[in-house]
Amino acid sequence: MATVLEPTTTTEDIVDAEVVEESGLLRRPKATTGVWSWLTTVDHKKIGILYGITSFTFFLVGGSEALLIRLQLARPNGTVLSADAYNQVFTMHGTTMVFLVVMPLSAAFFNYLTPLMIGARDVAFPRLNAFSYWTFLFGALLINSSFLLGGAPNGGWFGYAPNTSITFSPGHNIDFWIFGLQILGIASTVSAVNFIVTILNLRAPGMTLFRMPVFVWMTLVSSFLMLFAMPVITIALFLLMFDRLFGANFFNTAAGGNPLLWQHLFWLFGHPEVYILILPAMGIVSEILPVFSRKPLFGYPVVVFSGIAIGFMGWGVWVHHMFAVGLGPVAVSAFSVTTMLIAVPTGVKIFNWIATMWRGSLRLSTPMLFAIGFVAMFTIGGLSGVTHAVSPHDRQQTDTYYIVAHFHYVLFGGSLFGIMAGIYYWWPKIFGYALSERLGKLQFWLWFIGFNVTFGPFHLLGLAGMPRRIYTYPKHMGWDFWNLVASIGAFVIAFSVLIFLYNVMHSRKVRNVVGDDPWDGRTLEWTLPTPVPAYNFAVVPTVHGVDDFWHQKYTEDEQGRLVKLPPQEAQADDVDPASIHLPSPSYYPLIASFGLPIMAYAMIYGAYLVAVFGGIVIIGALYAWALEPSAEPHDDHEGGGGGDGADPGDTGSEGAAAVEEVDA
Amino acid sequence: MTTHEPPPHVATQEHEHPGEAVYVRVAIFLAVLTGIEVALSYLKIGGSQILTNGSLLVLAAIKFATVAMYFMHLKFDHPVLRRLFVAGLVLAVIVYMLYLLTLHTFIGS
Amino acid sequence: MSTTTVDEHGGDDHGHVTNTGLSNEKLAMWTFLGSECLLFGALISTYLLYRGKSVSGPTPKDIYDIPYTSVSSFVLLMSSLTMVLALAAIQRGDHRRLRVWLLATALLGATFISGQVYEFTSFIREGLTIKTNVFGSSFFVLTGFHGVHVTLGIVMLLSLWSMSMRGKLPEEKAEVVEIAGLYWHFVDVVWIVIFTVVYLIPSN
Repeated sequence: MATVLEPTTTTEDIVDAEVVEESGLLRRPKATTGVWSWLTTVDHKKIGILYGITSFTFFLVGGSEALLIRLQLARPNGTVLSADAYNQVFTMHGTTMVFLVVMPLSAAFFNYLTPLMIGARDVAFPRLNAFSYWTFLFGALLINSSFLLGGAPNGGWFGYAPNTSITFSPGHNIDFWIFGLQILGIASTVSAVNFIVTILNLRAPGMTLFRMPVFVWMTLVSSFLMLFAMPVITIALFLLMFDRLFGANFFNTAAGGNPLLWQHLFWLFGHPEVYILILPAMGIVSEILPVFSRKPLFGYPVVVFSGIAIGFMGWGVWVHHMFAVGLGPVAVSAFSVTTMLIAVPTGVKIFNWIATMWRGSLRLSTPMLFAIGFVAMFTIGGLSGVTHAVSPHDRQQTDTYYIVAHFHYVLFGGSLFGIMAGIYYWWPKIFGYALSERLGKLQFWLWFIGFNVTFGPFHLLGLAGMPRRIYTYPKHMGWDFWNLVASIGAFVIAFSVLIFLYNVMHSRKVRNVVGDDPWDGRTLEWTLPTPVPAYNFAVVPTVHGVDDFWHQKYTEDEQGRLVKLPPQEAQADDVDPASIHLPSPSYYPLIASFGLPIMAYAMIYGAYLVAVFGGIVIIGALYAWALEPSAEPHDDHEGGGGGDGADPGDTGSEGAAAVEEVDA
Repeated sequence: MTTHEPPPHVATQEHEHPGEAVYVRVAIFLAVLTGIEVALSYLKIGGSQILTNGSLLVLAAIKFATVAMYFMHLKFDHPVLRRLFVAGLVLAVIVYMLYLLTLHTFIGS
Repeated sequence: MSTTTVDEHGGDDHGHVTNTGLSNEKLAMWTFLGSECLLFGALISTYLLYRGKSVSGPTPKDIYDIPYTSVSSFVLLMSSLTMVLALAAIQRGDHRRLRVWLLATALLGATFISGQVYEFTSFIREGLTIKTNVFGSSFFVLTGFHGVHVTLGIVMLLSLWSMSMRGKLPEEKAEVVEIAGLYWHFVDVVWIVIFTVVYLIPSN
């Protein structure tokens, strides 16, 4: 039966609204539009959008915190923020940008794109995926609620103990930090497992690991980093929590506790964490540069291997955050060498990106501008990083604004530029219309100029001796001028962000519909109709090589020039969308997730019985989740069936087999 | 559906389950090793604490590997599982030993 | 073109062949166990760091009862045997034996936990608490974390037993028992390390 496929983001046509044979505690939700559909969704695309909107909102929060910092530091002896207020603002700025902005913005892309790029219908564990999002949201809200509940975390984003112990940080500020991060850590760890299994198990036929887009590779490496790094900070936070709440002695120097234990555990997490922050953006840029150069990525296997190498080597450098604590020459030299070595795979990637563009037919659209900006700005940040690796020089740089310059160049100049490139690039696929090029270019230039005007001077301030983590500075240190310049730059960045927001609102109204493949892309997501149907692929593709879609569109003549091939017949007509089995929505990820802040608030305020109640909510929800039936009336196997609380995961994959039968 | 992947390892897991007798023998082996360990902890081999401690660690490693290979079926399963687990294990041992070394934990104990 | 049959195990995930041939759930559990190595490693290394560093209060030599803990360790080790026997039972469709061995595992696990509780309370009575010194802190947090993991495992085992009693754990779902077993064995394996490193290797 021929069915005309209408692009739709709802599952109206798919999920049969029939009563389930046996119901769990709650009937499986059936909403396909409206607020409930978002609260119960297990669709990776919707979850990706949720991550994106939430993390962008926190970008505005973290950005406002940055503006407050720059207002305070614009002049010597500033009076905008007291020392205590400054401590809270700079702590939250860092914590927000790392955990509530860059990580979840990357997650937004992982979520939306990974299944599309590997030819899958969803991730391995859709409900667990939703759980990750809600857990992230609750963690983010909890940690920010501290502003209204006695004060935000104020021990720096790195929380050095014993400064953060109960003796030196009485009050609940640090407790919010601990519990907020623990909740966020659960979201990340669960997400890591989900994406690793998805990428290893759910690739379309023919998509071997070395035919995957680089973005998917970077997702895989970042997920492994998350998987192995999160437990380390989890323990560090537990140790601090036990010190604060139960009088343990882990960081109590009088009892023999060692502050370096905190630093080692934190940075053992913290260094892989920064690779978690940059690899996704590197993946995004590795997708965009080839498309806008109309050339394949130069040295695909080398770029992949370099990413993997960075993943491994990233575990061997953490002590470079501790060069000045007195570990002695052996440790310091060893880690100095390893830190220099890690510049190699990074440099290799940069050369490969440049070679991709070399003699390419460059189209300087907005995504490409941000991507090129990434390469340039990240290189600068990487170079200052190499200077830190030289430990005698780091002795001078550490705890100065020179370090602050470095990490803003790599995190803003790197991650945020890359993410912005991705936003402009994939926006048409996600929302069905393009963002304005004119406004995009305006944003880019203001963002680029503002960024360099803000953070460029930090190098100079650092070399002039300005310490970091100070709430003000006296006159006549020689720091006044560049601080003022930097503060002006920060407001230029803010203005560029306003332009972006205006671009979003304006483009939404104008709705410049640009079709399914506006950029002449190379990867599978561009083969799909826009907006992407709930089931992603009507027919699961069979992949024959890297950039398979590109090779379906083009071949090369004897002179190596591109020759357009005739468009392939759509096979979609053979498939009845109602036959595609999709994972059903569920209430339980949201409910289970909600138990976490209940437990956290209870623990912070010492209401241990309420904490037990929170635990019961979580366990109860996990049971109901594991045992809830699938809503599909013609499902052979009862849904769930796992008694261990883990998500058995309807992958909706029966449809794949059914569809392929039809296809043959 | 055709796949260019190596064929799924469907059959392997069904055929290569050790029987119950093997499991019991493994359990006895583990119990014996535990007994040896406890005895060792009261002695000092050749008067050397280092040798004793080393032996205890080796015995623990053998028990660990035995449970993993047989009870957790790693010996008979798809290699990717072994790699996943060993990756985490090796990484943990290396990084934690490294940081303990920087804090001179094992010197002059 | 071929269709995959739904009743294949291992290489099948609800009717779909996965790239590795392993089910998503099994792959996920091993991935998770990889991360747990980092978790317990941090706690064990903290214990090692603080060995011999307590400024006052009881030390391991003063307070450990090696014979007692050896019996406890033996009990946990045997629970791994009963666990794998439970799996073997369901794989051959013997549901009665499955339930017997599941209960036995849970019972042995509970015995271990009782042993831990008794050990903790006697240490506390002898003057070692989490507050006393760095030994107390690192000991109770490490073994406490392990104990919580065992307890969660017991809850899972009893859930499986209950599901089997209600006919909700057929032979086709043997993998659920396998996955619960992986978790259980891992918890045992962590104890193998803890027993050696914390109890048996003396700190001077």
